[in-house]
Amino acid sequence: MKRSNEPIFWSLFGAGGMLAALIGPALVFITGIAVPFGFVFSPDTMSYAHMLAFSQSWAGKVFVLAVIALFLWHAAHRIHILLHDFGVHAVTAVRVLCYGGAFAGTVIAAYTLLMIKA
Amino acid sequence: MSNRRPYVRSMDGWWKRDPYFIRYMAREVTAVFVALYAIVLLFGLVRLGQGEAAFNGWLQYLKTPWMLVFHLIVLAVFCYHTWSWFNIMPKTMPIIFMGGKRLQPGTITGTGLAASVVACLAVLFIVRGMS
Repeated sequence: MKRSNEPIFWSLFGAGGMLAALIGPALVFITGIAVPFGFVFSPDTMSYAHMLAFSQSWAGKVFVLAVIALFLWHAAHRIHILLHDFGVHAVTAVRVLCYGGAFAGTVIAAYTLLMIKA
Repeated sequence: MSNRRPYVRSMDGWWKRDPYFIRYMAREVTAVFVALYAIVLLFGLVRLGQGEAAFNGWLQYLKTPWMLVFHLIVLAVFCYHTWSWFNIMPKTMPIIFMGGKRLQPGTITGTGLAASVVACLAVLFIVRGMS
């Protein structure tokens, strides 16, 4: 019997879902609402200098990559099943679109982070 | 080729038939917003790599009213994701026994939600400390 690749995708889905459940609301509030519209935090919290310094540190790189990549893999897995639920049965095309998209996003994020040097 | 045309019940709108299916759909659709938010962050990261002018353009874009509306919706959806994630966790995780008794679903959900509140507050305080 061919071994299933499901555990890999399910682990990425689970990790992303857990990360989003634990800190997602706080992240959206900070990056999308509080900092751009200037309350609770200082307006330069997400300034170029601060964000550059953050993504120059290894801890920062790992955090940014974890958030972007795991969110994408989590969403890819659910959207893949969602399309099936709505009667899209082009299995290979849907997989390539969903997981391929998450893979592309992961590669772009990892490459950009590696190119940001101290 | 057979000329039989057996009756096949239509599956159109199947998820509207039962509140359980509607909750399932609501939970799964949150993924679309998780993906959109990740894409916004990915754009920010790519802009950061391109230099200060590019990144400032992304920051300005976040200040537009449409992006505020977008993020308010995403925030609501993420809160729903957190709630639904721990609500189904008793079914998605292995059964745990503590002191000979099965860990109750309510305990698992409650612990998860409490952990989320703590984690979110921790993130808010850490970022506030850094800024």
